[in-house]
Amino acid sequence: MSLLNNFSNLSVGLTSYLLVGAMLFCLGLYGVFAKKNMIAILMSIELMLNAVNINFIAFNRFIWNQKVDIHYVLTGHVAALFIIIVAACEVAVGLALIISVYRNRKSTNVDEFNWLKW
Amino acid sequence: MFKEMHDLFQWAWLIPALPFLSFLLIAFVTKRSKGLSSTVSILAILSSLGMAIAIAYSVIRAGAEIVEHPAIVTVNWLNIGGLTIDFGTIIDPLSAMMLFVVTLVASMVQIYSLGYMHGDKGWSRYYAYQSLFASAMLGMVLATNLLQLFIFWELVGLCSYLLIGFWYFKVSAREAAKKAFMTTRVGDFGLLLGMLFLYSKFGTLDFVALSAAMSTSLQDIAVVGTAGYITVMAFLVFMGPVGKSGQFPLHVWLPDAMEGPTPVSALIHAATMVVAGVYLVARMYFLFDFASPEALQFIAGLGAFTAIFAASIAVVQNDIKRILAYSTLSQLGYMMFALGVGSFSGSMFHLMTHAFFKALMFLGAGSVILALHHKQNIWDMGGLWKKMPITGWTFFIGILAISGMPPFAGFFSKDEILANALQNGHPIIYAVGLFTAFLTAFYMCRLFFVVFMGPEKPENHPHESPWSMTIPLIILAFFSVVGGWVALPGHYNFAFFVHYGELHHVAIDWFLAGISVIAGLLGIGLAYAIYVKNVISAESIVARFPGVYKLLKNGYYVDDLYLWIIHHIMGGMGKILYWFDINIVDGIVNGIALTTRGSGKLLRRTSTGQVQMYAMVFFFAVVVIFMVFAFGEGQLSALNPLATLGGVK
Repeated sequence: MSLLNNFSNLSVGLTSYLLVGAMLFCLGLYGVFAKKNMIAILMSIELMLNAVNINFIAFNRFIWNQKVDIHYVLTGHVAALFIIIVAACEVAVGLALIISVYRNRKSTNVDEFNWLKW
Repeated sequence: MFKEMHDLFQWAWLIPALPFLSFLLIAFVTKRSKGLSSTVSILAILSSLGMAIAIAYSVIRAGAEIVEHPAIVTVNWLNIGGLTIDFGTIIDPLSAMMLFVVTLVASMVQIYSLGYMHGDKGWSRYYAYQSLFASAMLGMVLATNLLQLFIFWELVGLCSYLLIGFWYFKVSAREAAKKAFMTTRVGDFGLLLGMLFLYSKFGTLDFVALSAAMSTSLQDIAVVGTAGYITVMAFLVFMGPVGKSGQFPLHVWLPDAMEGPTPVSALIHAATMVVAGVYLVARMYFLFDFASPEALQFIAGLGAFTAIFAASIAVVQNDIKRILAYSTLSQLGYMMFALGVGSFSGSMFHLMTHAFFKALMFLGAGSVILALHHKQNIWDMGGLWKKMPITGWTFFIGILAISGMPPFAGFFSKDEILANALQNGHPIIYAVGLFTAFLTAFYMCRLFFVVFMGPEKPENHPHESPWSMTIPLIILAFFSVVGGWVALPGHYNFAFFVHYGELHHVAIDWFLAGISVIAGLLGIGLAYAIYVKNVISAESIVARFPGVYKLLKNGYYVDDLYLWIIHHIMGGMGKILYWFDINIVDGIVNGIALTTRGSGKLLRRTSTGQVQMYAMVFFFAVVVIFMVFAFGEGQLSALNPLATLGGVK
């Protein structure tokens, strides 16, 4: 009901942001589970990370929004920034690995890379 | 005077300590030097002999005082819970006599070994063992409590094992050593149980305290339990002597123990270690005599049976050492039944005289064996009287002593035992003892006549042994003659010092003594008639009773019976247990392993190597855990680490 209410009032609240975040996360999850191309999986992971970022910013805005002295507390923003940086690094490493694997195997299909089994 | 004497008794611990020191010295320092090793060993045992003589002298000087109040010196050794174990020395006439006998025979044997073991590769090892044995035996004699006695008891058993197997390259010696060790272990097990039982009921293992506790609490049923308990204790304790002193069911090890060097047989398997059992019964006599007369009856019966049983086997043996071994068994039976019929003094007296003349005869046999280059069959010997006069004469004295001829030592001790048996109301045991005396005289003279008198064998070139061997023979022969005189009637005779309970003077009963002498003379005469004059043919007797001959020759098949039991009964049980082990025990262990391996084989199929698969499992597992924490907190809080943390707080 509250969800419907939010829509009907056309006010953009915390729930709306969390819904977007959750949808984005699920899309990313689906990509990670279903895509066969490594690069696509890497991109899906980026989606999931960004879903988390949205949650952080939303929580900071709606729940943790307070002033200490004259400054706003920006914990959520800082966490989001961290994640962006880590994601950049991760993509760099991930791409490097993918290229290395591709050079060896002439493929980016994850189904072919099951060497970790017994 | 008692004061100075006490000072001397405080140093009694040196008697076992010196040979032990010599053992350590030989083992760690002088083993490379043969001469030094034997010198150290002999010096140590001679010092002990000197001290033993001094102590025996003081005991005799002290007279009645020491008889009533033994001089006991103890140091605390062990305190565990309520158990206090002292190590100490007890000096009373009994231990003083044993000290003298053991040190004397050990010294003689060690000197004798200078000649007998000449050129042996294991010389230093031999003397090290000899010293260790002397130390252990003397420590046992001086023990003030059962545990101390038991420790040294096992040590002499160990030395016996080491010395029987001294020539370990001979298979028979190895086997004999093992047999001796294991057979005595059967008895020692009983002794250990008896000790535990005694401790649990009386709370002490000290001889004096135990004797006192028993006399005060014997009427108290709460302490002793039922009267049967004390008899069980007595039987368990008696199992030790049965093994050690070769009484009937456990006698089988002693004849085989003759595989050891002959001086060892003389010292350990004739004069000292095998009488340890008799000594233990004497030390614990209060347990048997006062607390459990049934056990005493049993000892008398078993001793008498062993005496005649072993004597009858000795009649047909051909190995010189085995004859002496069976003779030892028979004489040990004598000492046992003497204790059983209440002849405490007689038993100890016989122990002493027997140590002298049996050691003498063993050493004499060793002298003969060495002269004939290790021939042991008496029918390969003969005519040694002229070639080996000293050995011959001393051996002859030994024969007369064991046959109970006056005035040699055996006459007095044997007569006292037999007289006591009759006077204390055991006519059957007296008769058995008398017949055994006849058999003893017979087989001993058979041995003597065949070895020394019979026709000379041309292939033998015997010559008299060196002085190191003949001097011990002469000394022991001296004691075999005069050793019995200490019991001549009088106020301060042997029985005055070594007795149990009330002192009563027993005069020599010349009528009974005459009967014993006649029995001995009959034995000697029969042997003379058969083996010297050939009036009666031994072969015709054998031909008439072939069954009896075979039975005796094989020692009543006791060994075969034991072998049969081991092969069939123990072996059968072993097979069943083996089956159980292979099929049940191993089955369980292997079953667990197989289950683990099988489930591993199945489960590994789930590891596909597909990263996305892993990611999915991971994700949904996280979801499940989240659900549990979020909605199931009430029921599943045990799984919630945060909740448990809170609980701790």
